[in-house]
Amino acid sequence: METPPLSSLYQQLILEHYRNPRNKAELEEKTVEIHMANPVCGDEIRLQLRIEGDHIAAAKFIGQGCSISQASISMMTAKIQGASLSDADALADLFTALMHGDAEAAKDKSLGDLRALQGVSKFPVRIKCALIGFDALQEALKKHASEKAH
Amino acid sequence: MTTLDPTKIRREFPALDQTVNGKPLVYLDNAATSQKPKAVLGALEEYYRRDNANVHRGIHELSRRATIAFEDARAKVARWINAPEADELVWTRGTTEAINLIATAWGLDNVGEGDEILISTMEHHSNIIPWQLLARRTGAKLRYIEIDDQGRLVLDELPSLLSSRTKVLAVAHVSNALGTVNPIKEIAAAAHEVGALVVIDGAQGAVHTKVDVQDLGVDCYAFSGHKMCGPTGIGALWARKDLLESMSPYQGGGEMIHFVGRDESTWAKVPHKFEAGTPNIAGAIGMGAAVDFLTGVGMDAIAAHGRELLAYAIEQVGSIKGIRIYGPESLDEHSAVVSFTLGDAHPHDISTILDAEGIAVRAGHHCAQLVMKHFGVAATARASFYLYNTKDEVDRLVEGLDIVRGIFG
Repeated sequence: METPPLSSLYQQLILEHYRNPRNKAELEEKTVEIHMANPVCGDEIRLQLRIEGDHIAAAKFIGQGCSISQASISMMTAKIQGASLSDADALADLFTALMHGDAEAAKDKSLGDLRALQGVSKFPVRIKCALIGFDALQEALKKHASEKAH
Repeated sequence: MTTLDPTKIRREFPALDQTVNGKPLVYLDNAATSQKPKAVLGALEEYYRRDNANVHRGIHELSRRATIAFEDARAKVARWINAPEADELVWTRGTTEAINLIATAWGLDNVGEGDEILISTMEHHSNIIPWQLLARRTGAKLRYIEIDDQGRLVLDELPSLLSSRTKVLAVAHVSNALGTVNPIKEIAAAAHEVGALVVIDGAQGAVHTKVDVQDLGVDCYAFSGHKMCGPTGIGALWARKDLLESMSPYQGGGEMIHFVGRDESTWAKVPHKFEAGTPNIAGAIGMGAAVDFLTGVGMDAIAAHGRELLAYAIEQVGSIKGIRIYGPESLDEHSAVVSFTLGDAHPHDISTILDAEGIAVRAGHHCAQLVMKHFGVAATARASFYLYNTKDEVDRLVEGLDIVRGIFG
């Protein structure tokens, strides 16, 4: 399989988020934290949320990884500040669909900056990098729901 | 000394003759696995086409031929590392299984609470985890030889780490993550003074240079076929015969028994005692063919070629702005591996960009997370060379790294 041009992967917006990640700090008064690592490559993040009622009052992360993983989680945390839990979950589903080449998801403007990561879907070995933050988000939402149920 | 013509050698490796992403393949991931020459591919096919039968069992002609080929391969591989006897070579799935074999079969009977196991922070996970498991099962303590800022073992500390409590010392011959070549002879002599068993992870050692287990003065040497032009799924544990004979079996099953009773059984002779079940017959024959191939080229010529490529790569790659190379500065202590980072470009991004140029390198922690931790990095990119690589390919790597700089610079 031919690799598509690198320019479709390394967009300026991605490199900008990699250099200046948003919300990369320890979150005070977090209510849920998920540690996620990709043992194959060593990418490792901790996603921290403060959930109040049915929305995410604050989202931050710490960790390290490649430009794709860092840009993706940076954009994601910017997007979910103040979002309802169901909207955050839907965003994760939509972005996952985008990574798996869903043409409809690619047209969805609600993804905002995250659409810059669309090119990753053409680099199969890098899709995991883009999804690490969103996988952590969905784990966090599940953990929150199960803790609430108890 | 004979020299080696990589252009000619390349013709023996079909996989090298292809384009990746429209560019001729530059394969620089040899420390992960090497490509295979026609002679090895041919040996595998010949066995399956003509001689395929189980070994040491059948009375029929095919079984006889398969057994001869299988045992001939053992003798070849044993001779290649200058083992005193062919029967001291136990076939395994690779280096990992060989280390697990010794850590389990020898370790459980000989290591106990209060004893110490000495390894190093340079080790591949396959030479850490089996010892962690042994320590956990026996109550023994795991201790580490540290590495310095050039990725060399801090041997000044060795005398204080070794004591009568040290039951085993296990270190790599050559570091997969850094290319460091360890002074095994010196280390083994020190360990033997306190009566410790010396186990060497030779996965990266028995690849570029002639290994002589007797000269090294070690007790066990573990290595893999696939890193030295042989097939995957085959490797070997060499160990002193008296040691193998004193050890309990590793796995139970067919092939490894002498007589079987309801409650008690007796074991086959070494090395078969450690080879339960149908072995990787084709793999062993393929590894034997790899030894023939490497011997034909000449291990001295391969070593010299590796040194030449390493010197050129360190000079060329090292002159790129923003590059940091990890590993020993002295080329005498450095195998044909260049582990590096480039500015703030993550090694994964480096690898993706190089792949688009048809260049295969490894990016990640190289199964050596303790090494990465030592240098304060999450990952490095690693270019590793073998007998078929050329200086032109090093130039292609440098051009590829210029593209990385263009994107991340």
